[in-house]
Amino acid sequence: MNELLAWLSDPAHWSGSDGIPVRLLEHLQLSGPSVLVAMLIALPVGAFIGHTGRLTLLAVTIANVGRAMPTLALLVILLPFILRAGLGLGFWPTFVPLVLLGVPPILVNTYVGIGQVDRDVREAARGVGLSGWQVLTRVELPLALPAIVAGLRTASVQVIATATLGALVASGGLGRYIIDGIALQEAPRMIVGAVLVAALALAVDRVLAGVERRLAAPSTSLAVERSRMAASNLVK
Amino acid sequence: MREGEPLIQWEWIARNGDQIIGRLVQHIGLTVIAVGFGLAISLVLALLIYRRRALYGPLSGIAATLYTIPSIALFAILTPITGFGSIVTAEIALISYTLLILLRNIVAGLDGVPPDVREAASAMGYSAWQRLWRVEMPLALPLIIAGVRVATVTTVGLVTVAAVIGQGGLGQLILSGLRSFFTTPTYVGAFLSLALALALDVSLLSLQRMLTPWARVANVAAGPR
Repeated sequence: MNELLAWLSDPAHWSGSDGIPVRLLEHLQLSGPSVLVAMLIALPVGAFIGHTGRLTLLAVTIANVGRAMPTLALLVILLPFILRAGLGLGFWPTFVPLVLLGVPPILVNTYVGIGQVDRDVREAARGVGLSGWQVLTRVELPLALPAIVAGLRTASVQVIATATLGALVASGGLGRYIIDGIALQEAPRMIVGAVLVAALALAVDRVLAGVERRLAAPSTSLAVERSRMAASNLVK
Repeated sequence: MREGEPLIQWEWIARNGDQIIGRLVQHIGLTVIAVGFGLAISLVLALLIYRRRALYGPLSGIAATLYTIPSIALFAILTPITGFGSIVTAEIALISYTLLILLRNIVAGLDGVPPDVREAASAMGYSAWQRLWRVEMPLALPLIIAGVRVATVTTVGLVTVAAVIGQGGLGQLILSGLRSFFTTPTYVGAFLSLALALALDVSLLSLQRMLTPWARVANVAAGPR
């Protein structure tokens, strides 16, 4: 404990390229864009599948492979290809797998959320003369929003966790402290990294849980519960 | 990765068959222990919840918090306490991650038993305990096994991460390959862990079909459809 306090009170650990603020920022710079790009891919595809009911097999397959794929395995399988593409160590070898990991929870929750919109509601929307696109954007997506946020939450936590593993393929972020701490047998460094990553994941989870609860009208809470179940059934 | 080297050198695999199989067996062992203990703990917790419903919120809240902590962080936090490379360090974390999924599915399974069935069992003279084990548990089995499937697949993936703290079965192959810039062991480890996850998933699915032939249709609630 004293060692830990000594490590934390050393000003050298608060500035420079290996300082806590920089590492935290690097972690966010890896995770944030990954989730964003995953969202840009998953949302339209999930909405298409949910709205048309076509390609559901694709959604199920993505969900299952996403669930079974060990995150570390994905990271290392892609690494040689990313290096061969000339993208170099650092950002890309972590970013690409993170995007791929973020897609399944958002895609599945979008598709399940839209699929669970009440048939009567959908038919009523059609009946008052809305076009297919309008039904999707004005009825289905708003009703599926809590479920989509739930998927975003699962994806974000997963991406933050896996960004830590990026340190194994030489990316920055808080994982550096853990991996370097283990390599140097420097327990305080390792623990500081671990606690910061855990705190970051829990904080993001809490914030998005709050958003989810705000969005969930009583009528949609069942859909949220179901999609939350589908989401928790995805691998970390 | 060295220039111009093939991604997979088959002769390395042939030469290191024993090591690969050893790591695979270790991986399976770590997974089985984690899911086994996790299931035992979750069953006890589910029975407590069955008795006292108010416990569900706090207990699943704790399990959800544990589940949210990234695995590598939990491994790192436990290492100074239980030791580097210790199986205890790995298993405490691995077991923690199974609890949320298993607990939720067991409780959902028990909740899903129709009240009529429960009443009929009581009317036939079953004690509460008999009713639980002979009627409710079997009816909850499809959801429980669905939970075990997800927990198992998740655990197989997390075991690879435990390589960072000197455990980790196939993860050791992945890491040793990464450290020596030699892709063959990395690919062997990664592919075998994915294959293991899929194989265990499929076997548990067939186990469930065998055990609960009446429930072919009821398998919807847990898995992604």
